[in-house]
Amino acid sequence: MSEKRSSLSPARFLSARRRHRSAGLVVLLFGLLAVGSAYAAFAPDDAVADNSAQSQQIEEGKKLFAVGCSSCHGLNAEGGGNGAGKMAGPSLIGVGAAAVDFQVGTGRMPAMQPGAQIPRKTPAYSQEEIEALAAYIASLAPGPAVPAQDSYDVSKATDEQITRGGELFRTNCTACHNFAGRGGALPNGKYAPSLMGVSEKHIYEAMLTGPQQMPVFSDQVMQPQDKADIIAYLKALQTQKDPGGFGLGRLGPVSEGLWGWLVGIGLLVCVAVWIGAKGVKAKGAKAHE
Amino acid sequence: MSANTEFPGPVKWIDDRLGIAKIGKKNLRKVFPDHWSFMLGEIALYSFIILILTGTFLTFWFKPSMAEVQYNGSYSLLKGLHMSEAYASTLDITFDVRGGLLVRQIHHWAAVLFIAAMMVHLLRMFFTGAFRKPRELNWLIGFGMLFLGIVEGFIGYGLPDDLLSGTGLRITNGMIQASPVVGTYMNFFIFGGEFPGDDFVSRFFIVHVLLIPGIILALVTAHLFLVVYHKHTQYAGPGRTQKNVVGYPLFPVYTAKAGGFFFVVFGITALMGALMQINPVWLYGPYNPAEVTAGSQPDWYMGWLEGSVRIFPGFESHFWGVTLSWNLLIPALIIPPAFVTLVALYPFIEGWITGDKREHHLLDRPRDVPTRTGIGVAFITFYALLWIGGGNDLIATHFGISLNNVTWFLRFAVILGPILAFMVARRWAISLQRADYERLTHGLETGVIVRSPEGKYTEKHQPISTYEAYSLTARDRVLPHEIGPETDDNGVRAPRRALHKARAALSRFYFADAVQKPTAQELEEAHEHAHDPDEIHELTEDTETYREVTSDRS
Repeated sequence: MSEKRSSLSPARFLSARRRHRSAGLVVLLFGLLAVGSAYAAFAPDDAVADNSAQSQQIEEGKKLFAVGCSSCHGLNAEGGGNGAGKMAGPSLIGVGAAAVDFQVGTGRMPAMQPGAQIPRKTPAYSQEEIEALAAYIASLAPGPAVPAQDSYDVSKATDEQITRGGELFRTNCTACHNFAGRGGALPNGKYAPSLMGVSEKHIYEAMLTGPQQMPVFSDQVMQPQDKADIIAYLKALQTQKDPGGFGLGRLGPVSEGLWGWLVGIGLLVCVAVWIGAKGVKAKGAKAHE
Repeated sequence: MSANTEFPGPVKWIDDRLGIAKIGKKNLRKVFPDHWSFMLGEIALYSFIILILTGTFLTFWFKPSMAEVQYNGSYSLLKGLHMSEAYASTLDITFDVRGGLLVRQIHHWAAVLFIAAMMVHLLRMFFTGAFRKPRELNWLIGFGMLFLGIVEGFIGYGLPDDLLSGTGLRITNGMIQASPVVGTYMNFFIFGGEFPGDDFVSRFFIVHVLLIPGIILALVTAHLFLVVYHKHTQYAGPGRTQKNVVGYPLFPVYTAKAGGFFFVVFGITALMGALMQINPVWLYGPYNPAEVTAGSQPDWYMGWLEGSVRIFPGFESHFWGVTLSWNLLIPALIIPPAFVTLVALYPFIEGWITGDKREHHLLDRPRDVPTRTGIGVAFITFYALLWIGGGNDLIATHFGISLNNVTWFLRFAVILGPILAFMVARRWAISLQRADYERLTHGLETGVIVRSPEGKYTEKHQPISTYEAYSLTARDRVLPHEIGPETDDNGVRAPRRALHKARAALSRFYFADAVQKPTAQELEEAHEHAHDPDEIHELTEDTETYREVTSDRS
């Protein structure tokens, strides 16, 4: 194109050709292209492609399960014995993706050794592998799904929600987890773990699925908003500094008593010994010489 | 000395009206013996003063009311919540009153130290036999203060009406209700109706700030008056007898020492209040009978009671529609009062067994009365095991053991532990007595091994100084109580013979195994023996200086 032609504005260019023979066709083509692109952008993934990706993920999960989980939970997640008539791992049919995400995501599963309770540890699987395992377990029977991120995102929680969460926390959770979420003892070597440093998603999933000793707080019992409020309170509690000095573990009067005796009385008795040994005698001895 | 004329004007003006010069002259020169263990009671006294000062500050803002209010203070995690005025005002003191949290924490730490110091002081009294005649009543007064201090502390813990203290009161409420027949009535009387009701904070408040501190103050006065009246006990040593007091005058030595110690106690308590968070009521939340938290424990001094209830098996009986909760009745209403009574009455029990009616102003070394020391250690063990029981959940989680195993261990240990501790401590004391005996008769071991020309190895012993020998022998030879003949000269049976028999048996139990101090003859023989070539003769150079004042005890 020459420089003269390019100096023409595009509007004039279009306007000059609006009655061109093929103008209608071109407009139609543009329209179809726009609608098609928009559809491709906004519509859910192509069902066929999705299916294949999901089945691939399930397949992947099944393989991982066979290697890492089946020795206790059975080859088809139906639960397994340990050969001595005791259950090694419960059936996982119907526990849902949320349970897998919690147990594997917090490192509890795969368990290192059977015991009263399986402790939290560094996760052994990557997030991708966890998702594959979760997809496999979820494919066996319906169960609670991994919650969407906005259901446990508490970064914008209001003071009112936090206060409400605190009240719900004290009503439902502190009896085992302690007033500051520091955990507590349960019978026979079991315990309610500390909630400090646990991610929002995992707290949400724990309420949803009730891992180990914990009761299930399903969405019918405890609304999603209630769960989010509790998480908001816990996060506020965790980031809050202790205004009174060292928190002494936020464990209540037992640690206070221990510190009172060790530091308080211990120090004061030392001072008493010092005062008892000091003063008059030293001065008197000097004067005597 | 009519020193009146020498006083400056204002002092003379006061002295003319109050006569302080005469009182001062006598009392400022009062002699007290010097030993660190005599200052333990002072810690308690100073903590009490700190409690009164900080407590007064807190009353300026604390509202002893159960009226329901909505919290609108600056602690955002509880904003908008409905709570009692007592709890809301505690939060206000904590977050909105300048210095409020610091004073609250100093107050609470001072309470922890007050009772701990009283208990340590009591142990010192016990193990040195300071409770013997004429001080039995002062022992009881001290015991009364300890008891009231514990009640005072527990009520204070209940005042903020937070979830933790409310749970503690709920347990107390259960214990009261467990007492047969009167339980329900007593409960309604104390709480003014069903628990928790609307009255307890205002009632507890007045008991906490007026009634009990007033009684404690009166008892402190009586306690100190008796210390002055009896004069202070002292450890045995050269020149120290049952009839004198060797030490320093109150002025200037003890006014300086005690005054300085007060500031040290205040300083340490203030440091603890500033650095160590105690009773974070804002974390507990307001009391609500429908809520409870793991790790619900009382302050340390109630811990043994909590433990007693925690480890007791859950027995219950039902008669004619009435429930008897043995699981509360025995561990809360029978065992602790029985134990406390036993300790309170110990001076009288021991006095009866030993038949000792003499006055004692020289203290025992714990080893010199092995059975008493053993009993004391058994008491401590019993108390400590119950105390551990009060924290059984935290022990389970922090040491990774089963809560049930901790509980079952304690159920046996609380019975067997004191017996074992008694035997070990008693034997230990007797061994120490034997070591003292050796020291007196053979001198101290120098650690120098000498080989004689024949090839025989011997350790050189050095005689101990006369001062030390005096200290070691300044105690009585105590022999078991004799039972006397069954019948008198006329063949009449002695009355209350069974009682005497029991007493004699107990007395044997007390003294039969104890090592008596060597007699003069034994010492002489031992010193003869000291001329053996095995022993070294030169005395250590005595560098000790005795410049203390001796005051007659009359």
